[in-house]
Amino acid sequence: MEVSFAMTGKGYVLLAADTTAVHSIIKVKTDVDKIKELSPHLLMAYSGEPGDTVQFAEYVERNIRLYQIRHTYPLRPPSAASWIRRSLAESLRSRNPYSVNLLLGGYDTSTYTPHLYWMDYLGTLVEVPFAAHGYGSYFALSLLDRYHDPEATVEEGLAVLRRCLDEVSKRLVVSPGKYKVKIVDKDGIREVEL
Amino acid sequence: MQYNGGSVIAMVGKDCVAIASDLRLGVQSLSISSNFEKIFPVTDRLYIGLPGLASDVTTLREQFRYRVNMYTIKEEREIEPQAFAQLVSSTLYEKRFGPYFIEPVIAGMQKTPSGSYAPFIAATDLIGCLNFAKDFVVAGTASEKLFGVAEGLWEPDLEAEDLFETISQTLLNAVDRDAFSGWGAIVHVM
Repeated sequence: MEVSFAMTGKGYVLLAADTTAVHSIIKVKTDVDKIKELSPHLLMAYSGEPGDTVQFAEYVERNIRLYQIRHTYPLRPPSAASWIRRSLAESLRSRNPYSVNLLLGGYDTSTYTPHLYWMDYLGTLVEVPFAAHGYGSYFALSLLDRYHDPEATVEEGLAVLRRCLDEVSKRLVVSPGKYKVKIVDKDGIREVEL
Repeated sequence: MQYNGGSVIAMVGKDCVAIASDLRLGVQSLSISSNFEKIFPVTDRLYIGLPGLASDVTTLREQFRYRVNMYTIKEEREIEPQAFAQLVSSTLYEKRFGPYFIEPVIAGMQKTPSGSYAPFIAATDLIGCLNFAKDFVVAGTASEKLFGVAEGLWEPDLEAEDLFETISQTLLNAVDRDAFSGWGAIVHVM
């Protein structure tokens, strides 16, 4: 089952997503990147209906980039979240809605603050200090309630993330083997080895 | 309506109104956020509470902001509560056969011909049927509980401080009995 987590820290947002692509009982691919880089300071982890996910994620990526091309300035995280949410809300009552859940993490370079948003396929948008999607959320959210610190350093944040991933591997029947972890801060986006 | 949870209540006092809601956002039994505001300002003297499907909460808030801005530009004055209530009703009825899953609660201070302000509350169902109550209006997953507690605690002509206490206790005790509401509360007094 697709699992994704995210949390904010001191000047950064950490996102993690599993890397397995599954068809019925077969793991088709084990090195999928489910975290899209929408702009130099915006990351989006997606999960949901296979096909819809990548289609919607690429649609969002292209439109965010188009905004940046037109205005020579990237969309700030709250505005990007609002645009993405509206796309999902409009898709909901259309003939064929996108069934995609998202975690949007970004660093606002004008106010020097990290932002994390939880979004689901209905177009629900809420800013949160930490978030998760999928069955993994049932384990991760309680752990994050206890151990999350919004002023934590990157190392401390990764330690908390490791706790979540270990709990999922231990207790979830179909736990994913590998995760991709990405971090966005004032210097941009980089991948982290766990 | 029970997918995300949440409840809102509005009450009339002596030359004042109060509107209050919980702050929970959940996905059925799983709570996601304790900071999901459901009450939004329309003008300085008018607030609207939107309990129901969270996606529609945001969509409707943006829709009303747009329609009220257009009204303000065209009329060159701020919208009055009564007119806004009618605007809410027609916005919802437009989607009669594919409605927004929201039951709005409106609270504000209405300008009287003599120049002073009178308290105003109203609520609608998800397709825009208006209810202009004189005492209190409730909506959301804890609406039955809110009706019960409010009926017990409310009395006419409460001053602002007393109204605040009354509406707070009504909300807190009602949502404590509801699994889908709670996780924080906010009260606005006008």
